[in-house]
Amino acid sequence: MNWYAIRAIYAYEMARARRTLLQSVVSPVLTTSLYFVVFGAAIGSRITEVEGVSYGAFIVPGLIMLMLLTQSVSNASFAIFMPRFSGTVYEVLSAPVSHYEIVLGYVGAAATKSIILGLIVLATASLFVPLQVNHPVWMVVFLVLTACTFSLLGFILGIWADNFEKLQFVPLLIITPLAFLGGTFYSIDMLPPVWQVVTLFNPVVYLISGFRWSFYGMADVNVALSLGMILLFLSVCLTLVWWIFRTGYRLKP
Amino acid sequence: MSSSPVAVPQPARDPARRGADERAPAGSDAVVCVTGLSKVYAGGFQALKDVSLEIRRGEIFALLGPNGAGKTTLISIICGLVNASSGRVVADGQDIVRDFRAARSRIGLVPQELHTDAFETVWATVSFSRGLFGKPPDPDHIERVLRDLALWDKRNNRLLTLSGGMKRRVMIAKALSHEPGILFLDEPTAGVDVELRREMWELVRSLRDNGVTIILTTHYIEEAEEMADRVGVINHGELILVEEKTELMRKLGRKQLTLHLREPLEAIPPSLSAYALELGADGHELVYSYDAGRNATGIAELLTDLKAADIRFRDLHTDQSSLEDIFVSLVREKR
Ligand SMILES: Nc1ncnc2c1ncn2[C@@H]1O[C@H](COP(=O)(O)OP(=O)(O)O)[C@@H](O)[C@H]1O
Ligand SMILES: [Mg+2]
Repeated sequence: MNWYAIRAIYAYEMARARRTLLQSVVSPVLTTSLYFVVFGAAIGSRITEVEGVSYGAFIVPGLIMLMLLTQSVSNASFAIFMPRFSGTVYEVLSAPVSHYEIVLGYVGAAATKSIILGLIVLATASLFVPLQVNHPVWMVVFLVLTACTFSLLGFILGIWADNFEKLQFVPLLIITPLAFLGGTFYSIDMLPPVWQVVTLFNPVVYLISGFRWSFYGMADVNVALSLGMILLFLSVCLTLVWWIFRTGYRLKP
Repeated sequence: MSSSPVAVPQPARDPARRGADERAPAGSDAVVCVTGLSKVYAGGFQALKDVSLEIRRGEIFALLGPNGAGKTTLISIICGLVNASSGRVVADGQDIVRDFRAARSRIGLVPQELHTDAFETVWATVSFSRGLFGKPPDPDHIERVLRDLALWDKRNNRLLTLSGGMKRRVMIAKALSHEPGILFLDEPTAGVDVELRREMWELVRSLRDNGVTIILTTHYIEEAEEMADRVGVINHGELILVEEKTELMRKLGRKQLTLHLREPLEAIPPSLSAYALELGADGHELVYSYDAGRNATGIAELLTDLKAADIRFRDLHTDQSSLEDIFVSLVREKR
């Protein structure tokens, strides 16, 4: 294992985040906080409770997930897209590092950043709404697994994209809508019956449901199913990354 | 740029091996060994055709060829940036695919293009490279490299504030950060002015004097002639020949003796037909081509025979064919 290389990539990526603190930390935290202030206050005054939890508190896990997904994807995709774009990736590709080490460095850093963001948002939320975390260990498990999975997805995106449009297309047109329709703002029971079925095809539903369960003990789908789905996405992403490196797809002519 | 030797320690080799170096015939101590290498790019373009090549430990090897010849492709395959279609490369005894870790940790690469991270500092980017190549931090080594490349004063500068020449030196510092025994320089002086080019040559020599094997590519014949111990000529993906530079010059270095005649000649007299003579400048010049490497150049005899034929001349001069001429004729021959 080339630990020095993993550390070099990881430290480089974390330094990049520190350099762009406003964009990488302040902006997502502020945006997410605005969501729960505005939605929690405006809608929360009408819908007082969802299954015994105040609406303001109900939407917090979903909002954290929302941010976790978009930040993981955009962080990791930029991390590998920019060196490809500027040409500096030559160095990583010519170094004595294995594919796993490259992934550990880039994806590890992206996941770390999103987890930190998630925890900051959680702390901020607790200032505004009464939060309770029934299963703290499971909360961390969901947080970490989701951050890793979607950072991997971002890494794949950053290798697939050959221009900036494609790079922004996926988070904007796929991840964000899926996350919004994934039950952040409502419980599935509140939907018309047909939509209750359709929504089960949205993978994000499982993530948000599981994560919310770790807070309040209530879930739209079985927790085991949520966990299984995350592990399924994780293995799909891992397989894709493995294939990318094996074939040199978009990295080595 | 300072001319002091760059702080690169000798690549590790045991005394027995070193002894063998001195006694063994040339070519037996290949540090990079390329066998039957071919590359067909995805579009179907064949950039390398069955290239075999041995680089000797401690030499400066120049890969000479016009743009598009396949120089970068060859280097990129050895350094792991491009997948070979067939063939095999062994660097310092390690297969570049199977033992990529061992092979790559011995290799430094300075690519043709200046790819730099605009917002990083010189110190950070060079230290990053060392870590990436699996070496524990060594600020003293980084300092030595930066001082030798006259970058020490700029260590806290962001790369975007540096000139092109400095950026290229940063790229070299990155490549030297992990103390490689083999250094690839892809067109190190392309687009560099004359003075900087001389400095670069000096730097490359001092690296070699410290035991680093250097493979550089160039399309400047002057550069290969100036720098290299051996030259490989590549064109259209084929390695046309590999020679000691001096041998190449000796073997192929034709000289020409030009005689400026007092009276123009209409034709070469039959008595001189045995010599390879040509008339030039409307009969005012007589040009004799000979092999400078041979002991008997035939000049003395020619002059005697000219006198006998009563051909007199005002002046004379000789020209040596440059590597440029050699190259042009080689490429022509190949077609
Ligand atoms: N990624 C690539 N895909 C397709 N063709 C390429 C690629 N890279 C280089 N080539 C082609 O291969 C040939 C050799 O290129 P290169 O090795 O860069 O030559 P040199 O470095 O000698 O100028 C050129 O004709 C170039 O167009
Ligand atoms: Mg080139």
